[in-house]
Amino acid sequence: MLKLLQARLRQGHRTLRYPDGPAPDLPERFRGHPTLDDSLCADSCRACVDECPTQAIAVEPKLSVDLGRCLFCGDCAAACPTGAIGYSRDYRLAARSRADLLVDEERAVRLASALDGEARRLFGRSLKLRQVSAGGCNGCESEVNVLSTVVWDLSRFGVEIVASPRHADGLIVTGPVTANMRFALEATYAAVAPPKIVIAVGACAIAGGPYIDHPEAANGADAVVPVDLYVPGCPPHPLTLLDGLLRLLGRLPADRYSAHS
Amino acid sequence: MSVRSPGARLARLGPGGTLPRSALPELGWDDFSVALLDGVAAGQRVAAYFGVAGRPEVRGERTTHLHLVLADDQASTLFAGTTTIAGDRLPALTPRCAELHLFEREIAEQFALALDGHPWPKPVRFSPPFADLSGAAPSASPALRPDAAARARLPGVVDFYEVQGSEVHEVGVGPVHAGVIEPGHFRFQCHGEAVFHLEICLGYQHRGVERALSGGPDRRSVHYLETVAGDSTIGHATAHAELVEALSGARVPPRASAVRAIALELERLANHVGDLGALAGDVGFLPTASYCGRIRGDFLNLSAELCGSRFGRGLVRPGGAAFDLDEALARRLAERLDRAFADSRSAIELLWDTPSVMERFEDIGTVAHQDALTLALRGPAARASGVDRDVRRDHPSGLYRMQQIPVSLADSGDVFARAVVRWLEIQRSVVFVREQLAALPRGPVRAAARDLAPDRIAVALVEGWRGEICHVALTDGSGHFERYKIVDPSFQNWSALALAVRGGQISDFPLTNKSFNLSYCGHDL
Repeated sequence: MLKLLQARLRQGHRTLRYPDGPAPDLPERFRGHPTLDDSLCADSCRACVDECPTQAIAVEPKLSVDLGRCLFCGDCAAACPTGAIGYSRDYRLAARSRADLLVDEERAVRLASALDGEARRLFGRSLKLRQVSAGGCNGCESEVNVLSTVVWDLSRFGVEIVASPRHADGLIVTGPVTANMRFALEATYAAVAPPKIVIAVGACAIAGGPYIDHPEAANGADAVVPVDLYVPGCPPHPLTLLDGLLRLLGRLPADRYSAHS
Repeated sequence: MSVRSPGARLARLGPGGTLPRSALPELGWDDFSVALLDGVAAGQRVAAYFGVAGRPEVRGERTTHLHLVLADDQASTLFAGTTTIAGDRLPALTPRCAELHLFEREIAEQFALALDGHPWPKPVRFSPPFADLSGAAPSASPALRPDAAARARLPGVVDFYEVQGSEVHEVGVGPVHAGVIEPGHFRFQCHGEAVFHLEICLGYQHRGVERALSGGPDRRSVHYLETVAGDSTIGHATAHAELVEALSGARVPPRASAVRAIALELERLANHVGDLGALAGDVGFLPTASYCGRIRGDFLNLSAELCGSRFGRGLVRPGGAAFDLDEALARRLAERLDRAFADSRSAIELLWDTPSVMERFEDIGTVAHQDALTLALRGPAARASGVDRDVRRDHPSGLYRMQQIPVSLADSGDVFARAVVRWLEIQRSVVFVREQLAALPRGPVRAAARDLAPDRIAVALVEGWRGEICHVALTDGSGHFERYKIVDPSFQNWSALALAVRGGQISDFPLTNKSFNLSYCGHDL
């Protein structure tokens, strides 16, 4: 008993102050929102395009990145001879539509807007989610799990991961949706009572990730179920995930957080 | 009983685990099977056993080249050999060598062969054979077509082992589970609470990794390996890098080997600490569950300091490492490592002092020593049953050739043993990482990439946190992968989980399962 109390004292209170306080520091080498500078691109240079494992980058008509396909591996930045492409530490990446994830020099990701009307009234203060891994590598699954630890304490926002689709208001889908999980995902989605939402977490669930165009998998969750929120990353940092969830629920004051740096 | 021809034997793989394919002995089936069975009888184990499609023009009949890699842990040696079978049937050796059972089912599935004499000839991944998928357009996959044939191929829609009797009942769980975990199907035959038998049916996560690696290496290869089992990114990426380096003759700078070993041990630390927390959670001991859930993140964040990703994505690349660390970063990592370890000790030692936890850990989910040997288990699951086996000592590569970590063993084979082996490994990995951070070799962290040598075989073994990761590559005449074989430790170890719950209570399944914490996608590939 004494040891238990000693340990309790030692471990302390660890829940983040975010979002009421500042977001936690991210490591210096963290790769978040890309930074693009067209003017540095040499004529006909395609180094980044050729290096990208998932064809996420285009240089025509201008340098642009599809964050839905991006693995945030940094191979492009390493290949770029002029520093025209790089990654910032901006963790805010989640969007409501695929088109909002296409970024270029002028256009940052269009961050997720809040659910509106009835959906916001229903889910804004209480959202129960069932997770379905459909070919996820346990990277995204692990980061979803992290949100339930004492550090992130997801339930303080009324958001909880539940054990059955019958208890859920929506799904978190990870993985490219393998052919072998397609039926199970469809059945799980059908088992959630409407109205319901779907959150696609990670590069695989958004566009197939490294498994784009594999015959063994679909190119992401929206090939099978309608998606309401896309959270880029391979896997997304828990902060990116939480930011996306809170935006969806209208729980982040827009004036403080949505202006893109 | 077949008799081996004089001189017919497997070839010993040279330094770096590579050989010209022409030096691989091509044995007749009888010699091949005797070499395999004799090797296993003498204490060797099957590191990999897989097929390669034969060229149709070789004979009138379709052929499949079978490749075998045997590991002799005592002698730190690998042996390899091949045989060719013609036609549509694969003779099963499983009745005489149980550790082959999934390897043979996998070969049969990937190459559309019928298994002769196999006790349980079922699909492993419910995937079409390689030949049906080569060059297939995304829409052409039979499994994606909603017709009757595709439905018949739905995973899990097969006969299961059944126990019959008036008071016997069956429990099916999955593929979608209650927790945030990957999908798989578990079919229990129960008598009341008692489990007679568990059959584990996987394949739901199959993404076609091995098929897609053929023809590489290319810009996507390393990303496949980093996501084979996403919680073992460093382990699989390191095995891949070592293969490419062996095949291209690249010399990895010592500093790169050190960075990779540090990353591999950080991966082990994060997962072991997380697992001990999850075990505490499964027996309702919340202090350790909460603390370890957080501390796991502290270790993941050390990996992120190194390379920007909590899972080590982007760090290991053929030729070395993509990120270096300066003295200031090394010092910072060491300080944070010490803090995280002190927190780990305070959280984890509570387990051993709490009778209600020990009561639930001891004598639950036991794997007998002999069963662990027969199934050739890998990693902590093997060591918890007293099998003294660790790639870092037995087949060392990279930094482990110079720097040893003591092997952590227990002998009771139960949940407690698997927990205590993890705790021992945590302590030893921390000492190791601390030492390496303090004495990083000087020099570059990456050597230039080179083309792969044509017509060679290479084998790489890495002790990931779940156990031995084995990659085998065969290059073709142009220096591309003709075949890339991945054996994740989970492939072998899932069978141990089925054995561990036999005779126990079904309510102990979640705890027992967690004590192995195996990978679904690492198995399904």
